Amino acid sequence: MNGPEIERLIQLLGRLPGLGPRSARRVALHLLKKRETLMQPLGTALADAARAIRACSVCGNLDTIDPCSICADSRRDAGLICVVEDVGDLWAMERGRIFSGRYHVLGGSLSALDGIGPEELNIGSLVKRVAAGGVREVIMATNATVDGQTTAHYLAERLAEHEVPLTRLAHGVPVGGELDWLDDGTLATAFKARRAL
Amino acid sequence: MTAQAISALAYSSDAVSGAAPALLAVRQLRLTDFRNYRQLRLDCGAEPVVLVGDNGAGKTNLLEALSFLAPGRGLRRARLDDVCRRPRGEEPPAAGWAVAATLDTTDGRVAIGTGLEAGRSETSLPRRAVRIDGRPMQSQTALGLHVAAVWLTPQLDRLFLDGATERRRFLDRLVTALHPEHAGDVAAYENAQRQRSRLLSDGNRDPHWFTALEDTMARHGVALAAARADTVQRLDAAARLGVGPFPRASLAMAGEVDRWIATMAAIDVEDRLRGELAASRLRDAESGTTSCGPHRSDLAVRHLDLDLPAAEGSTGQQKAVLVSIALAHARLVALSRGRPPLLLLDEIAAHLDAERRMALFDEVVALGAQSWMTGTDAELFAPLGGRAQILRVADGSIAAV
Ligand SMILES: Nc1ncnc2c1ncn2[C@@H]1O[C@H](COP(=O)(O)OP(=O)(O)O)[C@@H](O)[C@H]1O
Ligand SMILES: [Mg+2]
Ligand SMILES: [Zn+2]
Repeated sequence: MNGPEIERLIQLLGRLPGLGPRSARRVALHLLKKRETLMQPLGTALADAARAIRACSVCGNLDTIDPCSICADSRRDAGLICVVEDVGDLWAMERGRIFSGRYHVLGGSLSALDGIGPEELNIGSLVKRVAAGGVREVIMATNATVDGQTTAHYLAERLAEHEVPLTRLAHGVPVGGELDWLDDGTLATAFKARRAL
Repeated sequence: MTAQAISALAYSSDAVSGAAPALLAVRQLRLTDFRNYRQLRLDCGAEPVVLVGDNGAGKTNLLEALSFLAPGRGLRRARLDDVCRRPRGEEPPAAGWAVAATLDTTDGRVAIGTGLEAGRSETSLPRRAVRIDGRPMQSQTALGLHVAAVWLTPQLDRLFLDGATERRRFLDRLVTALHPEHAGDVAAYENAQRQRSRLLSDGNRDPHWFTALEDTMARHGVALAAARADTVQRLDAAARLGVGPFPRASLAMAGEVDRWIATMAAIDVEDRLRGELAASRLRDAESGTTSCGPHRSDLAVRHLDLDLPAAEGSTGQQKAVLVSIALAHARLVALSRGRPPLLLLDEIAAHLDAERRMALFDEVVALGAQSWMTGTDAELFAPLGGRAQILRVADGSIAAV
């Protein structure tokens, strides 16, 4: 029905979160209609981003510079590390402006069923950061899901020997809740009321 | 529970005149591509509802739709995409389904929408979407704050003869009606248990990972066992009184963790369970099971009038015990949470004699629960008179009789 380029476009769009085959077709059609004003600038933006963006070698955040702009910002407290599962969670924290320390992005959570173990996550580098000293508190802001809780507990075990105070977000976060979904108010409350782990 | 509360649980025939105000009632129900319903809109009063119709008309399907207003996998435990309507001819099956309901509750009007969204990404796992008053919810647990549903179906007639898994599942629904967070604890516990089994079968030996999973199992496992213990204790007190002509019954939890819960502080039971799990890793790896935990518990039910385990009664006697428990539970929930659960009673008239049918109807009306009952024979529901709405289901549509 369509040329192979269009089919491929629809296929790729269909892999985006929240887009099924039907909406992928709708988006493709929209892009084709707005070739000059939307499709070409979008293509350029995608290519630029793909070229320039890298994972921060310190914290795992995504940025165009390495170390990322948060790690490079001397005004941010290097003694506080907030551990999150994904860059989206970091963004949620930053949107709420509730935290002025640094982050550590794990890149997911432990999940035996999905074959994601400690080696698949950014855990070794966290242990090294803590072992290097100067860290006064590690805040576990993993999701309130089973995998998120298990991951927080796992990290607590791994970091135990370094005797750094560990806290986790208070359960203003509903069970089954993912940080990225919370409104900023709930997240701020959970952050302020964090507890020792 | 107070003595007054206990006596309020006893059968009283004078409570049956005049319906109690409905404390939980579906006032509008809309189905889209749900099983054999393409589009259905049903407006109803707060009284109990009776669905009559031939076999295969869609009565059980409608109860299943209502069961999705509470957390869980619904009355058939179906896969989400099996629920999508499959048209008869060449047309492909629907890509999603929806159940939308407006309910009267003690908190006022609540709009609940749930279903499988069409056009979701193929890579993500199908998840049941939930909206309450238009707001998307992160988890189904939120439904439990508004609606508890308990059902009796012909499949459950074998409950006392089936394996312990079926009884735990039935019990966990009763528990969730009293403790809405229970469904979440059960899901979290089972999830962590599956992950631990996977690590064991993969030959993983990372002690920190095991410790973390066993910690999750211990916390949620003890919370769920404590909720079961609380529910069974209160339900036992209520069921021992009997409900009208339905038999008196006793209920008790049977299992290792349940014995600990009965005698130790919850926090100590957590430590104990954590310890047992850590100590049984090797054994569990060899046997491919999880040797300790609340997933091994059972619900023991006795027919007190016969002084026999429920499983040893006749089919009709077993059914009567089950109805007895469901009614005692509905009263208990109504008393302690201020509103009864939605009772879904599929083919309920089948194994009951005329006296018990009458008593069931009186009780359902007195509860103030908008119970939904089904049957093929409208005659059997005649004793309800004007106290219920009788609807005829035929081939994916519904009309008042
Ligand atoms: N996903 C589906 N799509 C369309 N029809 C379905 C689907 N699942 C079940 N059915 C049909 O629904 C009917 C059964 O409805 P059910 O509610 O069990 O009947 P009853 O009124 O006897 O309780 C059957 O005819 C079955 O083929
Ligand atoms: Mg049926
Ligand atoms: Zn960084």
